[in-house]
Amino acid sequence: RCRGGLWSRLPPLPAAPRRSAAHFAFQPDPAPSAYGETQKMNLFQSITSALDNALAKDPTAVIFGEDVAFGGVFRCTVGLRDKYGKDRVFNTPLCEQGIVGFGIGIAVAGATAIAEIQFADYIFPAFDQIVNEAAKYRYRSGDLFNCGNLTIRAPWGCVGHGALYHSQSPEAFFAHCPGIKIVIPRSPLQAKGLLLSCIEDKNPCIFFEPKILYRAAVEQVPVEPYTIPLSQAEVLQTGSDVTLVAWGTQVHVIKEVASMAQEKLGVSCEVIDLRTILPWDTETVCKSVAKTGRLLISHEAPLTGGFASEISSTVQEECFLNLEAPITRVCGYDTPFPHIFEPFYIPDKWKCYDALRKMINY
Amino acid sequence: GVPVPQEFPSEEKPQFPGASAEFADRLEFIQPNVLSGIPVYRVMDRQGHVVSADQDPQLPKEQVLKLYKTMTLLNTMDRILYESQRQGRISFYMTNYGEEGTHVGSAAALDDGDLVFGQYREAGVLLYRGYPLELFMAQCYGNASDPGKGRQMPVHYGCRQRHFVTISSPLATQIPQAVGAAYAIKRAHASRAVICYFGEGAASEGDAHAGFNFAATLDCPIVFFCRNNGYAISTPTHEQYRGDGIAARGPGYGLLSIRVDGNDVFAVFNATREARRRAVAENQPFLIEAMTYRLPPVPLPITPHAPTPFNSRGASPVGAKFPAFGCFSPFSRSIGHHSTSDDSSAYRSVDEVNYWDKQDHPISRLRHYMANRGWWDEEEEKGWRKSTRRMVMEAFERAEREPKPNPQLLFSDVYREMPPNLRRQRAALERHLQLYGEHYPLQRY
Repeated sequence: RCRGGLWSRLPPLPAAPRRSAAHFAFQPDPAPSAYGETQKMNLFQSITSALDNALAKDPTAVIFGEDVAFGGVFRCTVGLRDKYGKDRVFNTPLCEQGIVGFGIGIAVAGATAIAEIQFADYIFPAFDQIVNEAAKYRYRSGDLFNCGNLTIRAPWGCVGHGALYHSQSPEAFFAHCPGIKIVIPRSPLQAKGLLLSCIEDKNPCIFFEPKILYRAAVEQVPVEPYTIPLSQAEVLQTGSDVTLVAWGTQVHVIKEVASMAQEKLGVSCEVIDLRTILPWDTETVCKSVAKTGRLLISHEAPLTGGFASEISSTVQEECFLNLEAPITRVCGYDTPFPHIFEPFYIPDKWKCYDALRKMINY
Repeated sequence: GVPVPQEFPSEEKPQFPGASAEFADRLEFIQPNVLSGIPVYRVMDRQGHVVSADQDPQLPKEQVLKLYKTMTLLNTMDRILYESQRQGRISFYMTNYGEEGTHVGSAAALDDGDLVFGQYREAGVLLYRGYPLELFMAQCYGNASDPGKGRQMPVHYGCRQRHFVTISSPLATQIPQAVGAAYAIKRAHASRAVICYFGEGAASEGDAHAGFNFAATLDCPIVFFCRNNGYAISTPTHEQYRGDGIAARGPGYGLLSIRVDGNDVFAVFNATREARRRAVAENQPFLIEAMTYRLPPVPLPITPHAPTPFNSRGASPVGAKFPAFGCFSPFSRSIGHHSTSDDSSAYRSVDEVNYWDKQDHPISRLRHYMANRGWWDEEEEKGWRKSTRRMVMEAFERAEREPKPNPQLLFSDVYREMPPNLRRQRAALERHLQLYGEHYPLQRY
């Protein structure tokens, strides 16, 4: 039907694909056997599964935010309102400061609050409530009050076409704020376990979900609840020559860089997924760099003031004499996240590979 | 192709999902009604006479005395602590002068278990609920008895036991939080209400808009209580808003709203009690705008020529006259700037201040009501004044002597459990103090 009329007057498409392929290759982790029956789930389904488990176990738990009632713009809450009722899964007005403030209040009253911010790019109206209120509630009250039952979820990171306001990775803004936890999963298996840990954790948590993985990442995920500990980085692959650290989507990029390094340079990489940004696992990273002597950290967020700066600073303090080369950061440029230039902006495997090569030859 | 004509209902009525109302055929803008705006509900006139007998809540004598004694005790505590700040004994203070009626009138109308979210000028609510003078002072001094562990500036009180959420400095942040708490309380079928206090300045913040809208759309059992005291630091209300105050915003959100005379404890009581009752029974929010006036401090001793804690030789009060009982309360002679960081003579006139102090003060109005019933006289007034001064001074002297908490408490409660980085930082401070401790005021801790 589309080939006739208007369309026939347009020049034919060039042979190249209309939009770029993904900059990473997702490799599923093997299904764990410790938690019973597993089911094929993509990232958004693993989130739904975690939320389902949370609402089943905790009668005070509620989920709220913009558009969560019908299932959410990324389908993370599909089916939950029908299953748990409209008083437990509900829409709020379009107001992030209200969503987070409201969530804090629920938590202060002793119930479990799971707030959704539609895109991490829109979390900033809630910055005051998160930084000045949620993070400080327990400390400033002398532990008379707290909002530990609050978890905030938000889609995060580049998605191929998101541009300035649908691609951001704002973890660095919040990393500077004692009192909250920040967690970023790399996969469905990790997401479910880490999200359940956040929900159970008695501190306010921000859980960023790599949106590009919502459909693209598929694994066998346990149906029953399970938790993965917070503030523990995971060594995905041991190695001896250089430590690679990343989180979220970028873990898959550095995994591929590790393969390239082995194949082309004979270099053995140790690959670490940081998982929790705050409080972060300094011990695992420093132990690795003490062994390898070289560190490369990579994130999509802009270079200046990005979280790689904190890691770099701490590692050089702890591992100065072990270092064979300066610590390298491969990050987004110090620009807003562009639309049509995304393929040039992101810290892809070629940039990481090139930086690694320079480190090895230092 | 041409769309197929659809069937619409035959009546000429708008069908928009966003609003249902009639059509209008004439171009007419809705006029904001500021001049003859929402009326101010009151029970007593300025002389303490009940205007319509059926509006008198007819509270028992003991409760009325409690209202009066709470307001006056608060006033005395304010005078001592304000003065102690001027003398550098505490770092900061905010008085409640002129607004005592809004505190006790509303507090008396709540159940003990109702959850209170305040802004910073609601100490009378906490005092009404029995919070001891010792703990008010401990917080202001940040000493080892402070349940808040010395973490915040003075007047940032909190009490779990009395359901008073700890105060924080950012304005209006408590508003959407109070709504969330009300939602959770509603789900728990607890028959509790939440009350949320804020000033007319804080009502300009985005969080206020967020809170009102969420409360209405999510059917929350909450009473929003706005203290409109005429000023936000130096900013008068005509620079804060252009509409008819805060009460007029309520209907815009779908909130049942009322404006009351905040200096009339019975008007405040009646409105709060009914709003609270219906908020819980009907799961809907209410907005009360209590009109009042923030009085500035004139630091004067409580009785003329008597020695004070601060001047053992006695002092002649500057221009003070203590007329016969019944004109206005000596308790009100100390009247409030925004805080100890403020000198409001920079932005308001003596005449304006004197008007409020002499003509319309919640304490004197209630005293007239009590006197009219033979529940209070000059003897009782004198005796009570002495009592309040004694109680406050005793608590004050104890607070002054107490040491500060252990500096290790700098590091705890950031998270529920202490993370490794804080354990390391705490140890680092300990080592630092071992070498450099002489340069730190350790003897006070």
